[in-house]
Amino acid sequence: MKIDRRQLLLLLPAAAVAWDAVLAGTPEAAPNYKLTEHWWGMLVDISKCIGCGNCVRACATENDVPEGYFRTWVERYHVSDYDLVNPVVDSPDGGKQGFPPYTETGGKNFFVPKMCNHCAESPCTQVCPVGATFTTPDGVVLVDKEYCIGCRYCIQACPYGCRFLNPKTQTADKCTLCYHRITKGLTTACCEACPTGARQLADLKNPKDPIHAFLKTHTVQVLKPSMATGAKLFYNDLDGSVR
Amino acid sequence: MSRFQDSEHLLRVVLAFALGTLVFVLARTFLVPQSFGEYGHYRANAMTEIAAKPVVFAGHQTCETCHVDVQELKTKGKHAPVNCEACHGAQAKHADDPGAIQPPKLDTATLCVRCHEVNGARPQNFPQIVAKEHDSAGLPCETCHQPHSPRIGAGAKP
Repeated sequence: MKIDRRQLLLLLPAAAVAWDAVLAGTPEAAPNYKLTEHWWGMLVDISKCIGCGNCVRACATENDVPEGYFRTWVERYHVSDYDLVNPVVDSPDGGKQGFPPYTETGGKNFFVPKMCNHCAESPCTQVCPVGATFTTPDGVVLVDKEYCIGCRYCIQACPYGCRFLNPKTQTADKCTLCYHRITKGLTTACCEACPTGARQLADLKNPKDPIHAFLKTHTVQVLKPSMATGAKLFYNDLDGSVR
Repeated sequence: MSRFQDSEHLLRVVLAFALGTLVFVLARTFLVPQSFGEYGHYRANAMTEIAAKPVVFAGHQTCETCHVDVQELKTKGKHAPVNCEACHGAQAKHADDPGAIQPPKLDTATLCVRCHEVNGARPQNFPQIVAKEHDSAGLPCETCHQPHSPRIGAGAKP
């Protein structure tokens, strides 16, 4: 076989692409788990949340979250009858130890569990200067702590305040949607520990997931929809006063 | 006389450029991690590293493979949707070695009120008590309420 100069030049880019693929190698995936078959999100049913703090404790246990930092937390809202836009919000220790009983009467009171919204168009991943945070092909926003330089841009960029700088690793840290669990067929630690089923892991690509029926029959919202983040943390019965 | 005057000047520039390119390509090969760019502008292996973390909560499916009796009792009562580890805590270590690691005995007096102590922000239809005024004379909850099936007289102790 004889290759002239023109043919060789045409072949070179193809060879470069092939060599790149060889260098990259294939990462070990969990058996039977296909990245392209899932699109993860979560459903939070405000009307079921009792503010016990089980999710906050479970998350800290499962993910070694440092004391005083939260990958998920619970807020208690008090909305008075005459001022609907200025709710009183408290979250003592992120709701980890539960909430002291209310003495105030009147208005409405409810709990709002919060965590990373695993946005499809996430502002936090867009600002990372080194490619240390990213949305996986199955829709989970993760932080590569080996690659993070701790510049805190993403912490500022998150409109939901879901990120923090881990004081041990000095890298950005956040909810992983228990990626080590959901890729093994388990639910997240917070969903597992929630006694009332107020939190439900949802696979939006799985047609058998009960989330589809729920979304069709309930008034479900996301937080800050005007920011067009493509948030996948769906709230049922969300009050308009929640920020 | 050569066609271009002083063409060796050009040659030097070309050589310097070629050398620079070579250094860049070599440095890039060593500095960019292997799996970078496989799915996007990030290290694909970071996903596998995060996914490899061991689980701490075993999951109720794991508990139910052994504790069939408790599961049966639970399905009949009000606590049917409550997963085991909601009260018993993370038990993956116990599930891995049930003989050596035993879950600690729970104190129902502190555990039950986490959910059932009255709180204005709790949903109205959720069963709530004022522990101090509850008709229990300071007895632990399980004296009257079997935790796996809490209605009084509903469940025998498994």
